Amino acid sequence: MSPKRVVLRFMATTADKPIIYQLIRNYDLVVNILKAHINPRKEGMMVLEIQGEPEQYTRGLEYLRSLGVTIQPLSQDVQRNETLCTHCGACINVCPSGALFLDRPAMEVHFDEDKCVVCLMCVRACPYKAMEVRF
Amino acid sequence: MAVEKSLAEINARIKSGKVVVLTAEEVIPLVREKGVQQATAEVDVVTTGTFGTMCSSGAYFNFGHTKPRMKMSKVWLNNVQAYAGLAAVDAFLGATQVPDDDPLNSIHPGEFRYGGGHVIHDLVAGQPVHLRALAYGTDCYPRREINTVITLDDLNQAVLFNPRNAYQNYNVAVNLSDRTIYTYMGVLKPHMGNANYSTAGQLSPLLKDPYFRATGIGSRIFLGGGIGYVAWQGTQHCPEIIELPAGGKLISGGTLAVIGDLKQMRPEWLVGASFLGYGASLTVGLGIPIPILNEEIMYWASRSDEELYAPVIDYGLAYPAGNPQPLGYVTYARLKSGTIELEGREIPAAPLSSYPRARQIAAILKDWIQQGGFLLSEPVALLPSIGEAPPIKPLLENKPENHNGHSNKDRSR
Repeated sequence: MSPKRVVLRFMATTADKPIIYQLIRNYDLVVNILKAHINPRKEGMMVLEIQGEPEQYTRGLEYLRSLGVTIQPLSQDVQRNETLCTHCGACINVCPSGALFLDRPAMEVHFDEDKCVVCLMCVRACPYKAMEVRF
Repeated sequence: MAVEKSLAEINARIKSGKVVVLTAEEVIPLVREKGVQQATAEVDVVTTGTFGTMCSSGAYFNFGHTKPRMKMSKVWLNNVQAYAGLAAVDAFLGATQVPDDDPLNSIHPGEFRYGGGHVIHDLVAGQPVHLRALAYGTDCYPRREINTVITLDDLNQAVLFNPRNAYQNYNVAVNLSDRTIYTYMGVLKPHMGNANYSTAGQLSPLLKDPYFRATGIGSRIFLGGGIGYVAWQGTQHCPEIIELPAGGKLISGGTLAVIGDLKQMRPEWLVGASFLGYGASLTVGLGIPIPILNEEIMYWASRSDEELYAPVIDYGLAYPAGNPQPLGYVTYARLKSGTIELEGREIPAAPLSSYPRARQIAAILKDWIQQGGFLLSEPVALLPSIGEAPPIKPLLENKPENHNGHSNKDRSR
């Protein structure tokens, strides 16, 4: 199975559970934490890249859901507002994964959602606020 | 024999629908193929375009009189203060002004989500804008406060007036320091982690007329999606051409002050911009038609990205200290390739000025001229050319006791 990127959101009651350990040990999944954040109310958000047997992957996600964790595919999280984007290029070099790139020689900015790691640097760096976070 | 044309001849060809117009991109292969002389004979106008953030921009307004009358001395539009030290209901709003309660860089880098440039964009987009004004009250202007909502249509006059636009050329910004910096040239990673540039290169208006032979006061231009005019030389205007040690020429230093009716402009060509850690501003779409009057004008108008250079400047230490010695020079062709080479290293390069939008502006201007709706105007006066403008001076800090200002005199009395 090719690696899948997902955004997990969990409540304060789940924040102290060792869920990554369980995913690796019980479901034999390869887990790469791309981003993790716990807010002052102890609600958490984590971006994972997960690889493993399709059946184990499905069971692993079921385990997470049983704990009340909501799971979204990553690509839904950062979107480009095509109306606001001026194709200036200010985002190109702040993007660490190459998801934002220039198409040459047209010099138009393209966004490959599959490569996005949701670091949100483009959201901050875009002068026109064209990169939007969707929850 | 040298080819010479007059502006009147070109305008006559526009009116008869026979004018030949090419964009500054399209003219490059034509001149390569046919030579400058032949191309000058064939082409009447070359159109340019640029779409970059231009901080020295703003707009002035006449709001109309209130009842009872009011001499507005402090004015805010959507909470962004405009300068009201003018007549009763006039004010000038600057593109980089931010709201009085903006957190600025108190949590660095600040976001600067809204400012004067955004207000101008909102007005042009037809959005309602909150107008608040205060006054001290006089016998002829008794009213002291107003809170209302206006739109661009409501205003008597709304004029975009930008003291410095269309910088002929600009720095390529890198960062030699050991921390990430947040500048008007975007986010710059430490140790030359990236390089940002902000010129349309071969499409950029003033790079295509380095001696200011074709553009002067009164030249009709594309401004913010409408028609504008060159009002004057821009602030800091000091054009020059430098022969580079390793060959090639650096054209730089020219600027324009431009003016136009905001009511004719379009929101897609005047866009508010927020630069992380730096401030708010306005991105302006600007295009200039270059009348091909002779071979010299055609020669410069047809220079390509391979021949146009930009200086690389360190924004980590040298630029903020005021000592921007170039680290090197690179062509726009190299910049557009995505990497530049500096001190033996490959550095990723990215633009901040939109090349696709610049290309669109040159195409729109071409279309306007071909359709016969846009005639070229003869400049009332030309702008200072290379060697004609006084050199740019820094601000000297004089001690107050050497200065015969009013405050000093008052104190001694």
